[in-house]
Amino acid sequence: MGSSLQRIIALAIKELLAILKDKKSRIVLIGPPIAQLLVFGYAATFDLNHIPLAVYNEDRGAPSRELVARVTGSPHFELVGYIDHDAQIAPLIDDKDVLMVLHIGPHFSEALKLGNTAHPQLIVDGRNSNTALLALGYIRSIFTEFNIEWAENHGQRGPPAILKIRPWYNENLVSLWFIVPGIVGLLTLVVTTIVTGLSVAREREAGTFDQLLVTPLRPVEILIGKSVPGVLIGLVEGSFILFMAVYWFEVPLRGSVGALYLGMFLFLLSAVGIGLMISSLAVTQQQGILGAFLFLVPSVILSGFATPISNMPEVVQYLTYINPMRYYMVILRGVFLEGDSAELLVHQYWPMAIIAVVTLALAGWLFRHRMN
Amino acid sequence: MTPAAASFMRLRGMIRKESLQILRDPSSIAIAFVMPLVLLLLFGYGVSLDAKHIPLAMVVEQPDSKTASLVGAFNRSDYFNPLSFDSIQDAQKALDLREVFGIVWLRNDFSQNLMSQDSAPIGVIVNGVDANKARITTGYIQGVWQAWFESYAASKGVKLSQPVALEPRIWFNAAVRSTDFLVPGLIAVIMTLIGAMLTSMVVAREWERGTMEALMVTPIRIGELVIGKLAPYFILGMGGMLMSVVMALWLFDVPLRGSFWLLSAASALFMLVSLGMGLLISVVARNQFVAGQLSLIVTFLPAFILSGFIFQISAMPEPIQVITHLIPARYYVAILQTLFLAGDIWPIVLANSAALLVMMVIFLGIAWRKTHKRLDA
Amino acid sequence: MPDSALVFEGVTKTFVAEGRTVSALKEMDLHIRKGKVTGLIGPDGAGKTTLMRLAAGLLLPNAGSIHALGIDVVHNPLEVQSSVGYMPQRFGLYEDLSVQENLDLYADLQGVEPALRPPRYKELMHMTGLGPFTRRLAGHLSGGMKQKLGLACTLVRPPRLLLLDEPTVGVDPVSRRELWSIIYRQVQEQGMTVLLSTAYLDEAERCDEVVLMHEGQGLGHGTPEYFREPMRGRCFHITASSLSKRSLQTRLSKVAGIVDAIIEGEQVRVVTASPGLPDLSVLGLGPDELTTEAAEPIFEDAFIATLKGKQKEDDTTDFSAALHTPATDQDKGSVIDVHDLQRRFGDFYAVKGINFEVQRGEVFGLLGANGAGKTTTFRMLCGLLPVSAGEVHVAGHDLRRAAARARSRLGYMAQRFSLYLDLTVIQNLRFFASAYGLSRAKGKERIAWALEGFELAEYASANARDLPLGFKQRLAMAAALMHEPDILFLDEPTSGVDPLARREFWQRINALAETGVTILVTTHFMDEANYCDRLVIMAEGEVLAQGTPAEMKDRFRSADHPDPTMEDAFIGLIEEHEKGREDAA
Repeated sequence: MGSSLQRIIALAIKELLAILKDKKSRIVLIGPPIAQLLVFGYAATFDLNHIPLAVYNEDRGAPSRELVARVTGSPHFELVGYIDHDAQIAPLIDDKDVLMVLHIGPHFSEALKLGNTAHPQLIVDGRNSNTALLALGYIRSIFTEFNIEWAENHGQRGPPAILKIRPWYNENLVSLWFIVPGIVGLLTLVVTTIVTGLSVAREREAGTFDQLLVTPLRPVEILIGKSVPGVLIGLVEGSFILFMAVYWFEVPLRGSVGALYLGMFLFLLSAVGIGLMISSLAVTQQQGILGAFLFLVPSVILSGFATPISNMPEVVQYLTYINPMRYYMVILRGVFLEGDSAELLVHQYWPMAIIAVVTLALAGWLFRHRMN
Repeated sequence: MTPAAASFMRLRGMIRKESLQILRDPSSIAIAFVMPLVLLLLFGYGVSLDAKHIPLAMVVEQPDSKTASLVGAFNRSDYFNPLSFDSIQDAQKALDLREVFGIVWLRNDFSQNLMSQDSAPIGVIVNGVDANKARITTGYIQGVWQAWFESYAASKGVKLSQPVALEPRIWFNAAVRSTDFLVPGLIAVIMTLIGAMLTSMVVAREWERGTMEALMVTPIRIGELVIGKLAPYFILGMGGMLMSVVMALWLFDVPLRGSFWLLSAASALFMLVSLGMGLLISVVARNQFVAGQLSLIVTFLPAFILSGFIFQISAMPEPIQVITHLIPARYYVAILQTLFLAGDIWPIVLANSAALLVMMVIFLGIAWRKTHKRLDA
Repeated sequence: MPDSALVFEGVTKTFVAEGRTVSALKEMDLHIRKGKVTGLIGPDGAGKTTLMRLAAGLLLPNAGSIHALGIDVVHNPLEVQSSVGYMPQRFGLYEDLSVQENLDLYADLQGVEPALRPPRYKELMHMTGLGPFTRRLAGHLSGGMKQKLGLACTLVRPPRLLLLDEPTVGVDPVSRRELWSIIYRQVQEQGMTVLLSTAYLDEAERCDEVVLMHEGQGLGHGTPEYFREPMRGRCFHITASSLSKRSLQTRLSKVAGIVDAIIEGEQVRVVTASPGLPDLSVLGLGPDELTTEAAEPIFEDAFIATLKGKQKEDDTTDFSAALHTPATDQDKGSVIDVHDLQRRFGDFYAVKGINFEVQRGEVFGLLGANGAGKTTTFRMLCGLLPVSAGEVHVAGHDLRRAAARARSRLGYMAQRFSLYLDLTVIQNLRFFASAYGLSRAKGKERIAWALEGFELAEYASANARDLPLGFKQRLAMAAALMHEPDILFLDEPTSGVDPLARREFWQRINALAETGVTILVTTHFMDEANYCDRLVIMAEGEVLAQGTPAEMKDRFRSADHPDPTMEDAFIGLIEEHEKGREDAA
């Protein structure tokens, strides 16, 4: 038993050295993660500011000017210009000069003074549906506020009930707080899968795999020796991004770090299992990369990293239950923003543990099977 | 044989060889057809920014007919899946456990306040972790609330003051479906994959397997080598585009309001830009591993994130917006979204095509100059 | 010179790699005569491939001029490429294209008129014997067939000058002989000029002229006879009645004045520094124990004598002392027992029930053409491939039941010295020590042994990637010997290694065998078969012959062939086998 452990340690050390000393693998480990961290952290945002907007105000009264002032004064919007006839609307929107045009009819002020309802139009470019919805939401809030104040100031009866909306956990609704913790999972998954997914193929191509097989190392020992570096590198990489999230991007870390690391460990085990499965199937590094890619893209998209799982069709939602990253995303955001402890996350831990056991066992089976 | 005939023969030989290789190599087929298919299905079916059936905790401290009408309004909405909770504590616990996404809280004096002159407050808490979903959800809640109080007032015969009622007109995508917006942009990602990644990897493969050396000692000219190499992948990329368009139109019901021919022309232009990038990468990377990694980082990821395909470019920080001008996919995505949803809007198509044309000349030009029939330098 | 097809004048070529400048060619002058086959011969790194690539216009020289067929290669590479045929070392066959499609491609690229193609194809297919396989994918051809197809592609439009870079490396003797006959036919029928480089010294004898290269310079240019002549009177066969051939060889190689001593059959072949034998009394043998006779010089003798003179340090390390691996004192007896061994891949029998035994302390050879099943057999014996049927005992363990235990008794050295190239020498050794389960103290001892015995100490902290080829081979061997195995498996250990390094390698193997380690080796070099005590020759999954090298050669000794070589024996056996099969059919 002692010598078995010694052999595994020797193999793990050799794997680590081989990965860290090879220039190409070092680049894979360092370059893309940092680039992706910065690009994702800053560019992957749904927050909208300075939405370009044009105003077509046919009314000359004070109320319309006040409404326009409220809109243009909001940090969300940026006034591109005023227009004065209908025909100008289409080119502005078509050419993407503005995202929306606020059109106030000639009888706006009059209607308001008579206590009638005015119906200003808002023309929105719907090519990006998400942006359109968000922008529309902002305008709605401004109008509601305007209505309530107008009613108060003119002794009219306002709406019988009003909404007092409070977002929890991310009080100012900053997208960055949502995206950056997710990157911890994204990058550890990519790095771990590629490192373990290529480890056997690299040896096969270099011809050292046969050399390894004629030593007294048993298949199980080779498997363990090859998974240790993947887990270690994943832990280091994950910790680095965690550090960047807290100190560079200043995302609040409110929950238990232990709970986070327990999740990271289980997640890495399942990623290593999948990586080793790819490894035992791929004969060349080319196939390894392709296999990793075919696995990574769906698992990132179906993890809730960028878009909510609950928006997906039901069948697809069931599919996400076999995706370890799905659970890890919940853990990351739960610990970072919601301040979760390990107890609250039990239902995320056990599915990952099961996935890890299954993938590792499957990898072991494939490994032995492929060798014969 | 005339020189022109010999040149034609060499070109034909290269193109035939390259096509046969594409047909026989499973990994080429995988990158050219399986990946696009997976991406299209994932984005067409899996990715949606449109929330539906959001679980919402309803806490009504003193239920009566008035609160029932409000709860009923939420019940009728397609966007929500309201669940009843007895106390705000229970509801908050459910929010902590992510069983509900938000809470609507009607205190015990709600009905009383409703009768009075002042407005009754409705407490709304949403999980703000996913800022985007939170914003969209509050938008939906506002919609339900507005519809409710208008009908409530009408039923009571109360004349409410509603000085301004917004009439939104959402052009090009009246139903605000995110599929209509995502699927056209995805074509840019798919063509980048075929043009840059596949091309750089097949050229690297020739270096790795030693076939490049054998090709170079034949009388083939650089131009013939480059064209012979690119033509089959150009066709493959256009095939990928066609497949994507067909799936977009008939599987995902995305409208195509512009002209198909204009779309094809712009796609051809972008394909040439991608091929130029692939060729440039292969000048630097002479093995498949490096070529694959490099094309992933410099072409695929930017096409995904910095092109405006999912994330609005104008929402990015200023320095990143500047960088996006270097990403060819940015211009193509703009053309795609416009041609599919808006129609033949010439100013957009022309401006972006001009940018693509410039990039094509630069990329292909450098690649052409850098490819030569020598093994050193 | 008007009769020169290729002229190099003062050509220098340097490469910059990782900040260091390496001169591949130094003011090289060369005149290759028209209509002749010229061999380019030299050790690894002599600059042979660089010379070929320069001639084909693939590299630019730093200085000097190159003219091929009267065309300036530096300024008109395209024109040269239209009239020169060049086959790189790893010829670029498209493995996913069929034989015919590869031919079509090169015919298109070379601009062969469609009307001329069918007769040319027919001729090439007939010459190469690839006719029945035109629809097969190139990737599914054997090594020898691939080389023949590569040559056919290069010849699809007959070039006036043909450049071949190691066309016969890794090719079995039968295919090699066929390649040579194709080349000579081209010279005779088309008046082609051929320049080829090779690592097989016996092939030099087949060339009209030979250029000897060393460190980027020419050491001589002439007919093989021109090289052999000065060696007359310096070559001897020596046997000693009281010593084994191995001990005799080891001792002779240390005698001053002896440049080279190798085992050839049952004798030791010796090359001396100057005509006549030096004083052999240092061996401490009586005159009646020693028989010496003059031997006919061959090109190899000249090669070794010239290059050994060039080498700076004298390589007379005492290998046997350094490699003192204690022999296990078990009785003499068989350590490898193969009984009715079979291996099936689907319906195809790669190995069809073979039998042989290997005795302790023997050097045992496994020979065969490409695809004969020797690699399959070899892999089964090391436990890399499961046995389909039959019994194999290795070091007393049944491979089917106790593979792990059997494996711990054997060392394995793969074809391409599979080392971890990014690890240093010491890290490689440390890893293998642990992988073989040596204790810490034992591991330290063995690493120290390896560093000293293989003279690796000065490279201890260098990455394996940066080692010279010969040292890579030493490291691979040291790694395979970390756990003092009873049996050492060598899979084509000298493939691609130059003749000098090969010699040194075999000296180590000999020393190892002397200490009682059993050695099983596969090889393509027929002269290396001479080093074996016994060998088997395989074809189509069967054993054709089994015995000592002398026995094999004796079978083909005849009046008009008084002194057959191992290669003659090998080819004779294969031909007999093929004839037998045809008769049966």
